Amino acid sequence: MSTALEIRNLDKAYVAGKPVLRGINLSIEGNGITAIIGPSGTGKSTLIRCINRLVEPTSGEILFEGKDLVKLNRAELRAARSRIGMVFQEYNLVERLSVMENLLTGTLGKTPALKAFFRRFDPDDIRRAWEMLEVVGLTGFANARADSLSGGQRQRVGISRAVMQHPALLLADEPTSSLDPKTSVEIMELLARISDSKGIPVIINMHDVDLAKRFASRIIGMSGGHVVYDGGADGLTDEVLKSIYGGEGWLQ
Amino acid sequence: MSSPAPSFTPVPAHVPAHVRPFQSSWLARAGWLLLFIYLVYAMASLDFSWTRFVAGLEHGAKFISRMFPPDFTRWDLLVKGMAESLQMAVLASFIGVIISLPLGLLAARNLMPGFITWPVRVIIIACRSYNPVIVAIVAVKAVGFGALAGIIALTVASVGFVAKLFAEAIEEISMKQIEAVRATGASFGGVVIFGVLPQVMFRFIGFAAYETDANLRNSTLVGIVGAGGIGGTLFAAFQRFDYDFVFAIVLTIIALIMLGELLQIGVKKVFRQ
Repeated sequence: MSTALEIRNLDKAYVAGKPVLRGINLSIEGNGITAIIGPSGTGKSTLIRCINRLVEPTSGEILFEGKDLVKLNRAELRAARSRIGMVFQEYNLVERLSVMENLLTGTLGKTPALKAFFRRFDPDDIRRAWEMLEVVGLTGFANARADSLSGGQRQRVGISRAVMQHPALLLADEPTSSLDPKTSVEIMELLARISDSKGIPVIINMHDVDLAKRFASRIIGMSGGHVVYDGGADGLTDEVLKSIYGGEGWLQ
Repeated sequence: MSSPAPSFTPVPAHVPAHVRPFQSSWLARAGWLLLFIYLVYAMASLDFSWTRFVAGLEHGAKFISRMFPPDFTRWDLLVKGMAESLQMAVLASFIGVIISLPLGLLAARNLMPGFITWPVRVIIIACRSYNPVIVAIVAVKAVGFGALAGIIALTVASVGFVAKLFAEAIEEISMKQIEAVRATGASFGGVVIFGVLPQVMFRFIGFAAYETDANLRNSTLVGIVGAGGIGGTLFAAFQRFDYDFVFAIVLTIIALIMLGELLQIGVKKVFRQ
């Protein structure tokens, strides 16, 4: 499998001298779900956001589709972002827009602002949006306002928006942390299905170790801004979990 | 209190019983006293007294008796002035809102860097610094008597008010939604149209309706300094002691403002989301 994303020596310090990420090296291949686990505040969200530069990396390289994302100028960055879908913990839908408009937000990378203003989107994209609504089971909600939906429905809209981008990579920042256990599993199943059918890798931050074991083909354990574990779900023993999260009382 | 039951936690001994829970500040009391003294002084120095009021009442009664019945015979003059005021108000509100849209965006500190927001904020503050009547005086000197001066004055006032409200509304939006739109690779224009506007549009419409209402009232005023509208007619009627015509004008203005109020309620109902 080819390498979809390669991170080299990535450092990030919000305050100089207090690094959150220290020398991250990762390479993500082919398709399938890669889960990043680790205690709160260890830089998981920062790592995800450094990839599409919602957070600016301090140093290092992020290679994606033959380019170093860290060095791109604004226009190039926008083009690269449009190839990277992102799913958020709190869905981050534009609340006052309809479900259909939220889906088409995913095509803003290639739609000129004036056309977007008059809602003159590519008919092909609109057709794909209808298909996507069917895939995620939200047919009939196209004209509903995003803030009228339940959490699970919103996250499915969030995922659909990301898929509308034709992404070569999907990032998800704790996509199930605000959802109940049953809905969480449904959302993970949806992400796995998309990864499979589109043949793209999905990188997911998560807190739920069991859910990570169940769906991820690869698990990356982070602690203190370092990668401390990188391997399959079966290698995630209690010993390893202790090294990631510290302590052991919580394992009972 | 008698000795508590053994199962209760006794009141800790160190809580001082004599400290009052609410303290009154001597500084605040002194402030109130000073205010009272100043009020008495101001009343005395301005001849603001009961005898003066009674003397004035007589004059007022004469004035009011001359206002009845209101005289609508010169309705053509009235309608022409009112129509001009209304047009001035609507035009000034529309132009003011159009100018305020980009200014408000440029002044929003969560989307723009400081070297842009500060100059724009200075412009907005300058527009708000003067009452429309003062701007109208300047505009009359600059472009001559008539409605154009009034429209300029009201537009300046609208920009000062609406652009500030727009900027504040934009500063209160959820940045999470903006982050998501940015993450799709959208251009700045795309972010504004699909991330910012949906979050603030309904508030903008409320502000615009409110400003139209304010302009309706102000448009009846700027005419007094020669900037067009019913105010000029009103001022002339006063100077000629045509108090019955004055009353007719005043009644019509009240009717217009009420109409504006209804319009505002209607607009808000239509656009409430």
